[in-house]
Amino acid sequence: MSLPQFAYAAPKTLEEALALLAQHRGDARVMAGGTDLLLKMERRKLAPAVLIGLKRIDELRYIRFEPEQGLFIGALARLSDVVEDAIIRAKYPAIAHAASRTATVQIRNMGTVAGNLCNSSPCADNAPTLIARGAKVELVGAQARSRWLDLEKFFTGPGATALAPDEIMRQIHVPCPPGGSAAAYQNISARSKVDISAVSVGVHLTRRDGKCHDARIVLGAVAPVPMRAREAEALLVGTGMDEDVMRASGEMAAREARPISDVRASSEWRREMVAVLTRRALRQAWDSIASAHGGIVNR
Amino acid sequence: MKQIIRLTVNGDVYEVAAHPWRTLNDVLREDIHLTGTKKGCGDGDCGACTVLLDGRAVASCLTLAIEAEGFEIVTVEGLAASREKLHPIQQSFVDEGAIQCGYCTPGMELAALHLLSKNSDPTEEEIRAGLSGNLCRCTGYTKIVSAIKEAARRLRADRPA
Repeated sequence: MSLPQFAYAAPKTLEEALALLAQHRGDARVMAGGTDLLLKMERRKLAPAVLIGLKRIDELRYIRFEPEQGLFIGALARLSDVVEDAIIRAKYPAIAHAASRTATVQIRNMGTVAGNLCNSSPCADNAPTLIARGAKVELVGAQARSRWLDLEKFFTGPGATALAPDEIMRQIHVPCPPGGSAAAYQNISARSKVDISAVSVGVHLTRRDGKCHDARIVLGAVAPVPMRAREAEALLVGTGMDEDVMRASGEMAAREARPISDVRASSEWRREMVAVLTRRALRQAWDSIASAHGGIVNR
Repeated sequence: MKQIIRLTVNGDVYEVAAHPWRTLNDVLREDIHLTGTKKGCGDGDCGACTVLLDGRAVASCLTLAIEAEGFEIVTVEGLAASREKLHPIQQSFVDEGAIQCGYCTPGMELAALHLLSKNSDPTEEEIRAGLSGNLCRCTGYTKIVSAIKEAARRLRADRPA
C-alpha cells in the first residue's frame, strides 16, 4: 500500500474531532477502522489533506443495551465486538450474524459497523438487517448539533450519505425487539464466504395471533442503496406465512429489485437470488419466532 | 512531517521517525527490519501481513503505524520463546508439512494464535472460518488445518487443566 501524503490528527474527544473537521471543512476525512477509507486513498479516489483518526476517542467505544430503549452501538464498536457481544447475540442475533458475514477475521478486528454504513457501499453487509430492525443513526456536527435519522434515509447513493461535511456518525440505535418478532440475514457471493456480497437480504417479522402483523424486507447490492421491497412486504401482512406466501413475496422482491451486472454477478442471477434469499430469510425469521413461542414477552 | 512513533513489538519498544502515511507493515519491515511479516496484496485481502494488536489478528498493510502506538504488537518473530524452541503452532506447521513456499506462513500462524486464544479446541469448520482471511496458493489448506488441530492439542496438553 502506498498512500498519498496527509497530515494526521488523533483527537481524544468527539468535540475536538468536530472542531478539526469544521476547521478543515472539505479537506479532512474522519477514519475509524480505516479498512475502506485507506483503500480509497491508496487508489487515489480520495486524497484528504488531513486525516482525523477517531481511534483515541474512548467515548465512542461502546455497545450498550438499555431495557427501555434498546441497543446503542458506538461509532468505534468493531465488527468483531458486535459479533462477540453477548447481548447482541441473545437479543439481536441477525445483527451479530450480519456483522460476522462482513469480510474476514482481520478486517472485522479493525473495521466498525458505523464505518461499514458510512462507506455506503450498496452491498454493505450490516445495512439490510439494521434497516429492517428500524435502526436510526445519530449524526453530530459542530457546536454539538445532533440529529437522528432513519438509517433507511441515510444512504443517498453508492459511496454517498446524508452526512454533512462537518458531521460525524456518533452511534447507531436499534429499538427493542417487539414481542413475537425476529430478524434474519441472508447473503451470497459468487465465490466464497469472505467475498463481497453479490446479493443480501435482511428481514424483520412480527407475529400476532399466529399471523404476520408486520414485515420489513430490505435488499442489499441490488440497487444504488439498500432498498425496502415494500410490495413484497405487503403480500405478507395478515397471512399465516405458508410456503406459497413466502415464495410469492420473494418473487415480488425480485421484481422490485433494480440490480446491475458487474464483476461480481449478472443482473439476472442477482434477481433470481433475491427471490431465493428473501424466501429463506422469511422462513428463518418466522421459524425462529415460532421456536421462541411463549418465550418472548413484550418489552 | 515525520513524527516519532513508539511501537511495542514482541515486548521490545522501538522509536522510529515516520510519516503518518506509512503503514505498520512498512515500518515493521523497513524501519524495524522485522521482515517476517510479509506484504502480499497490500489491500487487506490475503492475510500475509497479519500481526496481532493486543491479541487480535489485523492486517498490518491497512493499519497506520501511528495508530499502532500503545498496542502490544506481536509478529511471527515473537512467537518462539527462544532461538532453540519453536512455538507449538510453528512446530506443528513443520511437523505436519503445512509449509511450502512459506510466504503465507507468518500470517497463518498469527491468525491461528488469535483463533486458539479464543477457542482452544476448534472444529475443522471453525479452523477454516478462522483462516478465511489468509490465502495460501501452495498447500490447498488441508495440511494447514491439520497443523492447527495438532497445535491446539499440544497447547491444551501444555496447559494444566
